[in-house]
Amino acid sequence: MQIRASGVLATLGTLFALSAAAFAQDGEPIKMGVLEDQSGDFAVATIGKVHGIELAAEEINANGGIAGRPLELVTYDTQSDNRRYQEFMRRVLQRDKVDVVFAGFSSASREAYRPIVDQFDGLAFYNNQYEGGVCDANMIVTGAVPEQQFSTLIPYMMEKYGKNVYTIAADYNFGQISAEWVRDIVKENGGTMAGEEFIPLGVSQFSQTIQNIQNAKPDFLVTLLVGTAQASYYEQAASANVGLPMASSVNVGQGYEHKRFQPPSLADMYVTTNWIEEVDNPASKEFVEKWHEKFPDEPYINQEAENSYIAVYLYKQMVERAGSTDHDAIRKVIAEGDVCMDAPEGHVCIDPKSQHMSHTIYLAKVGEDHSITFPKVWDDIKPYWLGDVGCDLTKDNPEAQYTPSDNPKKSGG
Amino acid sequence: MDFSSGLFSFLYQTGDAFAFLVLSACGLAVIFGMMGIINLAHGEFILCGAYVTTSAVQVGLPLPIAIFLGTAVAGLVGMLLERVIIRHLYSRPLDSIVVTWGISMIATQGTLIILGSTMPGTGTPFGSFSVGGYGYSVYRLVLMLAALATLAVLWLVFTRTRFGILARATIQVPHIAEALGVNTSLIYSLTFGLGAALAGLCGGLYAPTMTLVPTMGSAFVVEAFVTVVVGGADIFLGTAPAAAILAVVKAGLTSWQGQLAGQIGLLVAVIVVIRILPRGLTGFILRERA
Repeated sequence: MQIRASGVLATLGTLFALSAAAFAQDGEPIKMGVLEDQSGDFAVATIGKVHGIELAAEEINANGGIAGRPLELVTYDTQSDNRRYQEFMRRVLQRDKVDVVFAGFSSASREAYRPIVDQFDGLAFYNNQYEGGVCDANMIVTGAVPEQQFSTLIPYMMEKYGKNVYTIAADYNFGQISAEWVRDIVKENGGTMAGEEFIPLGVSQFSQTIQNIQNAKPDFLVTLLVGTAQASYYEQAASANVGLPMASSVNVGQGYEHKRFQPPSLADMYVTTNWIEEVDNPASKEFVEKWHEKFPDEPYINQEAENSYIAVYLYKQMVERAGSTDHDAIRKVIAEGDVCMDAPEGHVCIDPKSQHMSHTIYLAKVGEDHSITFPKVWDDIKPYWLGDVGCDLTKDNPEAQYTPSDNPKKSGG
Repeated sequence: MDFSSGLFSFLYQTGDAFAFLVLSACGLAVIFGMMGIINLAHGEFILCGAYVTTSAVQVGLPLPIAIFLGTAVAGLVGMLLERVIIRHLYSRPLDSIVVTWGISMIATQGTLIILGSTMPGTGTPFGSFSVGGYGYSVYRLVLMLAALATLAVLWLVFTRTRFGILARATIQVPHIAEALGVNTSLIYSLTFGLGAALAGLCGGLYAPTMTLVPTMGSAFVVEAFVTVVVGGADIFLGTAPAAAILAVVKAGLTSWQGQLAGQIGLLVAVIVVIRILPRGLTGFILRERA
C-alpha cells in the first residue's frame, strides 16, 4: 500500500513537472552552439570570436535574455581541425539540440560542416570574412565578402601604385577563390598579373617565394596568407628588404600582425576590413572599453570578434521578431529585408537574397611604426554579388557555393 | 638574371634550406637517430628554445646570449624529462611514441593556456644586402654559418671528447660500457639533454624570423623527421648529407614550381630513399666502405 502511494505521488510529480515545463516555455534557455578554434594554428585570430559571443550573451542575459528566455552557450574547441568541426557540429545539432550554431574560421572548416547543417536543417552563423559565394538558406554570414573587400581595395591599390600585381595565397579554397577574384578585378581594371603563388598551410619558410616575387618586379603584392605559420612571411620579407606595398583582405583585421611583429615589417600594408579596434568613432570606442572591462588581457579585438558580437544581437532581433527560434519563421523575418542594427562599425543589414551582411569597409593602412590610419572609408557596401549571379534564398535554396567562374549566371550563358 | 647572380641565388636558397633542415634535425638525430627514442615532442623543445630566447631579448639581453639561454633551458628541460619519464622507455620504442606525443600536447596546450595564443616577435637583426638586384637577408647567412658550426662542434664532441666516446659506447653496447665503469645512466641523461639543447638552439636561432605561437614547433617537425629518416643513424654520415640532398631538391623545385612542388618533392624523396635504402644514407655509406 505504501509502495503504491509513493508510486502515485511520483507519477503526479512527473505530470506536474511536465506541465510546468510546457507552461514555462518562457524561462527555458535558447541554446547557442559555439564551435570556434580555441587552440591550434588559427587560435590567434579566433579566441576573440568566442569572447565576443560571451560578451554579447552576458549583456543580453543581464537585460532579460531573448524574448524573456536566457541565452545558453554550448561551446566546443574545434582545435583548428576540420574533422573536429564535423564531429562537434553533429554533436550540437543531434545531442545538445541547439537552436543555432556560431561556427567556423577557415573556409575549409565551413565547407566541412555545412553539409551537416543542411542535413539536419540547422541554422548556422558564419561570422568570418571569406571568399564569398555561399548560397545556402541554412547559413547566415556576417563576415565581409570579396565585393566588399576586393572591389574596393584592388582598384585603390592599382591607382596608387600601378597595375602589375603579384598574389601569394594560402593553398585551399579560401586562397584559390580569393586569388580568382583578385585576378578578375585586376583584369577588369586593365592590369596584369606579374605572378601568383599558392602556399600550402603550415609552410613557414619563404626565402624562395621572396625571390620569386623580386624576380617578377610587381607594383604591389596581394597577401592572402592564413594561419600563424604563414605569417612568418612578413618578418622574412622585411629582412630581405622586399619593400613592396601590400594589399590584403585577411591580415591585420584577423591576425593583428602589426601588433605581433616588429616594425617596419608590415609597413605599407593596406587592408580592407569592416572593423578593427583602431576604428575611431564613439560607438567603437565604447565597444572596446566594454570589451576590455570583461577581458582585460585581450591582445587585440579583430573584425571577426566584432562580427561575432553583433551576430548575437542580430539573432536576438530575428528571434524576437519571429516570435520563436523556428528557422522558417526566422527566414521570413530576414525576407522582410530590414534586419539591421547599429554596430560599432556603423549601420549593418542582412540581405534577404544571400543572407549575407552589408558593411562599412575601412581601408586600414599600416605605417612605418605599425600605427594604423584610415585613408578611405566606404559606407554601406552591400553583399550584392550573390544576388547578381542569381542566388535568391527567398525563392529557392541551392545549398551551393558559387565562384566567379562557376555560378548560375555563367552556366546560364 | 645574369649567371653569377643566378648562381649566388641558387647557392643562397639551397644554403637556406640546408640550414633549416640541419638545425631542425640535429637534435632529433641525437635523440631518434642515435638513442632510438621516437621523440614526437621534438617540436616542443624547439618551442621552448624560441620562447626563452624571445623572452630574454625582451628583457634586454643581446641575441647571442638569449639564444644560449634558450639552448640551455631546453637542454635542462630535456634532462629532467629523461630522468623522470623517458628513461623507463628505452626498451619500449612504441610506448615512447605515445608518451612523447602526450608530452608534446601538454606542452603546446600548456603554453597556450599560460602564455596566451601568441608572443610578440623581436624582429630580425642585421638587415639586408643585395646581389644582382635581389634583396637578401643577412641573418639567413648567419643561420647557414650556425648550421655548419653546429655540425663541426658536434663532430668534435662525438669524436674528440671523452663524453662523446662514452656516449657512443653507451648507446652501442650499454652493458659492456657499464661493466667498464661508465655511469651509463648519466650518459643517457646528458645525451638526451644534448638533443633537447640542439632543438632549443634551432628554436632560438629561428625565433627572430618566425611567428611565435604555441604550435610553432610543428613547422619544424616534418622536415626534421624527413631529414633524420633519410639520413639514418649517424649525424655526419647521415643527417648532414641528407640535409644537403634534400635542400637541393627542395630549393630547386620551389624555385621552379613554387612551395607546393617543394613540399611534394621533399616527401617523394623520402619515399624513394626509404624504399631503396631502408637504413638511410648512413647504411648506404657504411656499406660502400665495408
